[in-house]
Amino acid sequence: MAVSAARLYRTSIGKKVIMATTGVVLILFVIGHIYGNLHIYEGSTTFNGYAKFLRVVGAPVFANEQLLWIIRAVLLACVVAHITCAVQLTQQSRASRPIRYVKHTDPKATWASRTMRWGGSIILAFIVIHLMNLTFGTLHPSFIEGNAYHNVTALFKLWYVSAFYIVAMLAVGFHLYHGTWSMFQTLGIRNRDNHRLLRGGALVLSVVFVLASTSVPLAVLTGIVK
Amino acid sequence: MATETERRSPAPPAAPATPARDTYWHESADHSMLESRAPEGPIDKRWEERKFSMKLVNPANKRRYTVVVVGSGLAGASAAASLAELGYRVECFCYQDSPRRAHSIAAQGGINAAKNYRNDGDSVHRLFYDTVKGGDFRARESNVYRLAQVSTDIIDQCVAQGVPFAREYGGLLDNRSFGGAQVSRTFYARGQTGQQLLLGAYSALSRQIGLGNVTMHPRTEMLDLVVVDGAARGIVTRDMVTGAIGSHVGDAVILATGGYGNVYYLSTNAKGCNVTAAWRAHKRGALFANPCFTQIHPTCIPVTGDHQSKLTLMSESLRNDGRIWVPLVAGDSRRPDQIPENERDYFLERKYPSFGNLVPRDVASRNAKTVCDEGRGVGPGGLGVYLDFADAIKRLGKRTIAERYGNLFDMYQRITAENPYEVPMRIYPAIHYTMGGLWVDYELQSTIPGLFVAGEANFSDHGANRLGASALMQGLADGYFVLPYTVGNYLAGVKPGQYKPDNIAFKEVENEISQRTQRFLATKGTRTVASFHRELGKLVWDYCGMARTDAGLKRAIGRIAALRTEFYENVHIPGTGEELNQSLEQAGRVADFFELAELMCTDALHRTESCGGHFREESQTPEGEALRDDEHFSDVAAWEYNGVGNAPTLHKEPLTFEYVHPSQRSYK
Amino acid sequence: MAVMARPGANVAPNSHIPPTMHLTLHVWRQHDAASPGKMVQYTTDDASPDMSFLEMLDVVNEELTLRGEEPIAFEHDCREGICGSCGLMINGTAHGPEAATTTCQLHMRSFKDGDEIYIEPWRSKAFPVIKDLVVDRSSFDRIIQSGGYISAPTGGAVDANAMLVAKPDADFAFEAAACIGCGACVAQCPNASAMLFTAAKVAHLAVLPQGQPERYARVGQMVERMESEGFGNCTNIGECSAVCPKGIALDVIGLLNRDFRKARLVNNDGGDGM
Ligand SMILES: Cc1cc2nc3c(=O)[nH]c(=O)nc-3n(C[C@H](O)[C@H](O)[C@H](O)COP(=O)(O)OP(=O)(O)OC[C@H]3O[C@@H](n4cnc5c(N)ncnc54)[C@H](O)[C@@H]3O)c2cc1C
Ligand code: HEM
Ligand code: HEM
Ligand code: SF4
Ligand code: F3S
Ligand code: FES
Repeated sequence: MAVSAARLYRTSIGKKVIMATTGVVLILFVIGHIYGNLHIYEGSTTFNGYAKFLRVVGAPVFANEQLLWIIRAVLLACVVAHITCAVQLTQQSRASRPIRYVKHTDPKATWASRTMRWGGSIILAFIVIHLMNLTFGTLHPSFIEGNAYHNVTALFKLWYVSAFYIVAMLAVGFHLYHGTWSMFQTLGIRNRDNHRLLRGGALVLSVVFVLASTSVPLAVLTGIVK
Repeated sequence: MATETERRSPAPPAAPATPARDTYWHESADHSMLESRAPEGPIDKRWEERKFSMKLVNPANKRRYTVVVVGSGLAGASAAASLAELGYRVECFCYQDSPRRAHSIAAQGGINAAKNYRNDGDSVHRLFYDTVKGGDFRARESNVYRLAQVSTDIIDQCVAQGVPFAREYGGLLDNRSFGGAQVSRTFYARGQTGQQLLLGAYSALSRQIGLGNVTMHPRTEMLDLVVVDGAARGIVTRDMVTGAIGSHVGDAVILATGGYGNVYYLSTNAKGCNVTAAWRAHKRGALFANPCFTQIHPTCIPVTGDHQSKLTLMSESLRNDGRIWVPLVAGDSRRPDQIPENERDYFLERKYPSFGNLVPRDVASRNAKTVCDEGRGVGPGGLGVYLDFADAIKRLGKRTIAERYGNLFDMYQRITAENPYEVPMRIYPAIHYTMGGLWVDYELQSTIPGLFVAGEANFSDHGANRLGASALMQGLADGYFVLPYTVGNYLAGVKPGQYKPDNIAFKEVENEISQRTQRFLATKGTRTVASFHRELGKLVWDYCGMARTDAGLKRAIGRIAALRTEFYENVHIPGTGEELNQSLEQAGRVADFFELAELMCTDALHRTESCGGHFREESQTPEGEALRDDEHFSDVAAWEYNGVGNAPTLHKEPLTFEYVHPSQRSYK
Repeated sequence: MAVMARPGANVAPNSHIPPTMHLTLHVWRQHDAASPGKMVQYTTDDASPDMSFLEMLDVVNEELTLRGEEPIAFEHDCREGICGSCGLMINGTAHGPEAATTTCQLHMRSFKDGDEIYIEPWRSKAFPVIKDLVVDRSSFDRIIQSGGYISAPTGGAVDANAMLVAKPDADFAFEAAACIGCGACVAQCPNASAMLFTAAKVAHLAVLPQGQPERYARVGQMVERMESEGFGNCTNIGECSAVCPKGIALDVIGLLNRDFRKARLVNNDGGDGM
């Protein structure tokens, strides 16, 4: 089994399987995370409560922040695996067409499908900055440990930060749109019967995500959330 | 014999390019050269008994024998794979970049087999009977019977390989009636039967290549056969990428190189189809049989202009619902929809009330030609007749027609930009298949020991006319079920690996080939190879096409000889011999077509009867139907080569019919 | 006397003289695999809308030959869309602008008088250029040789109707089997991946009862071979299917992905060349 798993990984299809499975985890996280973020509309106490809850969750089985760290570890592992495969696959593709076309047109491919690599890189950059903004607070005008509500609102009041977030959210949205569908194809779940369903689902998911996530910076800018 | 011909036909009217010839051919005295070795006895036991009487090669020894297979079409691929499975070393050659692209891939309609899955009265004997009769009694009974017998194994074999034949909802195989057959014995895979059968044979071949039993040589053209001590010992080839001339030794050589329809330049064959392999074998001593038996298919898309490079066939099935007509009067320039019913001539329905539009290929083609010669043809150049679906659409509705012929209609529209649902299709006959080929005995061995010929390349089991869906059957019968036995029978009698490629005989042939190449390249004349091929094709089509006459054929022979001379003096071939050089490849092929064309005309000239695809205007019934002359021509005409431009020698294999008694075909 | 009329000869009343087109071509010229190539510009005034694209190139080649230049080498054979020999990158699209059409079936009426046309060979590490527009696609053959078949030696077959195949399966198998091996999928794929070609063969044999015994070994060997030939990976972009002259659907790729995963993780047989 281990041997065969290794042989699976050696092939590009194996790497794709890893991207897909880690992709699932990442998607689930992002959905949950954005859902959590929407508590911000219920005011600081609820939102901070939620942030606190993230740390004590799992008690009494887990000590303070223990479960959170486990989740963090899993997430980190997934992102690393996901990126590693992405990079390896990208290198393989580059190598397989040494001479490019003088003229090249893409008759069908969706924009999303052709920007997975760019989109991914933007997301990577975003995550790093994002953690420095709101988790470590190293990149923040007035970071207050434990006061997530303040951290977010204070941050988004800076228009250029909000702008950056909105762009990043769009990138994630596109990535999700192709990714979610592509994932099912990679795992061999997609077929001509469920094709429209999956494409539709992917579209809804990414649109809802973009609306929900960008609403936060916009709400702060427009003063709906103070 | 020459005088004999003069007597039978008027002297030729003087034509400029025609040097008067006194002799067109010599008649051979001894017929010993043509030993058919067909078994005697009850016809249904003959193949069984022959198989049993054959010598076998010890399994341990098989590896030591090398068989050269030229061709990877249905015949070549199936033979190469089957022989390799038996344990022989096989070297397989094709000119395309992959064996999967052989022209068998283009066959559309289907493949016959006497399975009688329809319970409509089909049987081995009926398929045998239909084939002999359809061939206008110019084929060998023993061979045709064997063909019908193994036809059923072919379908089993192909299904086992995963060939996706059409199925019914119950999961059983579907059949259809094809080419006017009275029973439904045709198996098909949409309009791509040949493709699916070839991919089946190709997969079997690929398996053997993967296992290392077959060495495949794509992009390698056979340019000559090497005969040493009276037997075929190997071939000389040109690597079409590097230009390297090389030798390949074989204890036996199989030619499965397809038909020579491209001698007409415009045909339904692929651009690369050629006679070179067969012709070189002929020049090395193999007799060439019935070269004038060529088949013309009535439903092809007409020529649009001189730029035309090939003709596209449309399945015969179209004639089931389409009605064929031309304007009643010559020179009627109105659009078809403006020509009222009473000013149209549905000439097939008029002349053949009982068969109507479904008369056999040769009859349908000839009648189309006649009306066009009368100036009633339609479309560019007046070379076409209408195939009209208006009534069928009225009767069955557009949907049904779309279901039946949708893909064909699309293909037609893609090429002509006309919509067959609205305006009638225009069709015209085109060269489609060549019944003639290298003469072979019952075991498919040519007159050169150790040289076997299979598929369309041999003179085949189709006599003077091939029935639809029977060529695929024959190619696979030869390769899967006949050659594996008969080649073994030959090899059992020879010592393996007696000759090496450095043998002087091989070197000599290699030098001949190199010199020929140099000569082509050195000519540096003012005409392209294609222009010569086009002109040759027009000559052969005009004089040795759908209808032939004594005078016309004699004129053609003179003109072809003259054009051949100009070709060698005035052809321009760019580039060198040491590279991929498509002009050079063409030149070699056209050069051989020139010599073949002369032999075709000579054969057509000698056969003063009409039969099957060969129509001599001098020999027709009062109603203008083909009139056979069994008294003088119930035989196979096999030709011996006597040098370029020299009259060839005619050998005859008499044909006897014990089971199917010759009768005049009538479709009135 | 039996002389056939031909265009030019007794031209019929309702014939038409096709209009001619002026074209500017940019064509990749490369003498052989070793030497470098470049785009070269040609013009012609003798094209007509009735010509096929390859017939237009024939005309250009005749002109070049008579001028003493080397004609443009391109692959072709059947010229009716079934052998898979032809294949050109025309203005950046494999097989040109028309859907479900091979290069040889493409007609000049798809272009306008005065058009500029870029003609390039298939580009892929696994399809090295041999000359001008001719590439070496033998990697496709090696993929099939690695296992793209059902092992059924001649003679051993049971009666064809002994094995039932449900019509939908037979139809699906046929649609996948319709692949002509032209390589357009690889040429168009931004990753130069051969997934559509390989998956088409895998799918054809995987849905048939005859194909079951070797099903997982087959997909294992074919994928390993595909990888080693230097094709790119598939990121489910879908351009291959869009340019495929036989409209092979992306479904086959999903099927390959599933079967390959099973071959490795569940039904772990076959693999590197058994
Ligand atoms: C458009 C079309 C439709 C048809 N439809 C039907 C049908 O529906 N039913 C039916 O029964 N028949 C049909 N036929 C006839 C049938 O397809 C052919 O007769 C048959 O496939 C010939 O097979 P083959 O193996 O003999 O030759 P091919 O398939 O032509 O193979 C010839 C092989 O020889 C090789 N070769 C040739 N010359 C050389 C050389 N000098 N050196 C090296 N290699 C060489 C080629 O590379 C190729 O591999 C059709 C034919 C055409 C053209
Ligand atoms: C506008 C949208 C977003 C907002 C308002 C937001 C807000 C936050 C906040 C407040 C935290 C700190 C939580 C805490 O430390 O208690 C956080 C952590 C995090 N966010 Fe976001 N986030 C957004 C979008 C995203 C997206 C799109 C991603 C991923 C692609 C993401 C990935 C993360 C990660 C990985 C952490 C660290 C979680 C941990 O503490 O381990 N965020 N986010
Ligand atoms: C951290 C930086 C990231 C990079 C560099 C990256 C890169 C990529 C690339 C290049 C692909 C294309 C491969 C393919 O289409 O199969 C891809 C696919 C995918 N990505 Fe990401 N991505 C990143 C983050 C994410 C995140 C945060 C998510 C979740 C929201 C995600 C979900 C997916 C999914 C589901 C796929 C589809 C996998 C498949 O096709 O099987 N990725 N990623
Ligand atoms: S899948 Fe389509 S594009 Fe690819 S080789 Fe087959 S036919 Fe050509
Ligand atoms: S375009 Fe390429 S990425 Fe996959 S779906 Fe087709 S092979
Ligand atoms: S030449 Fe055969 S498919 Fe185009």
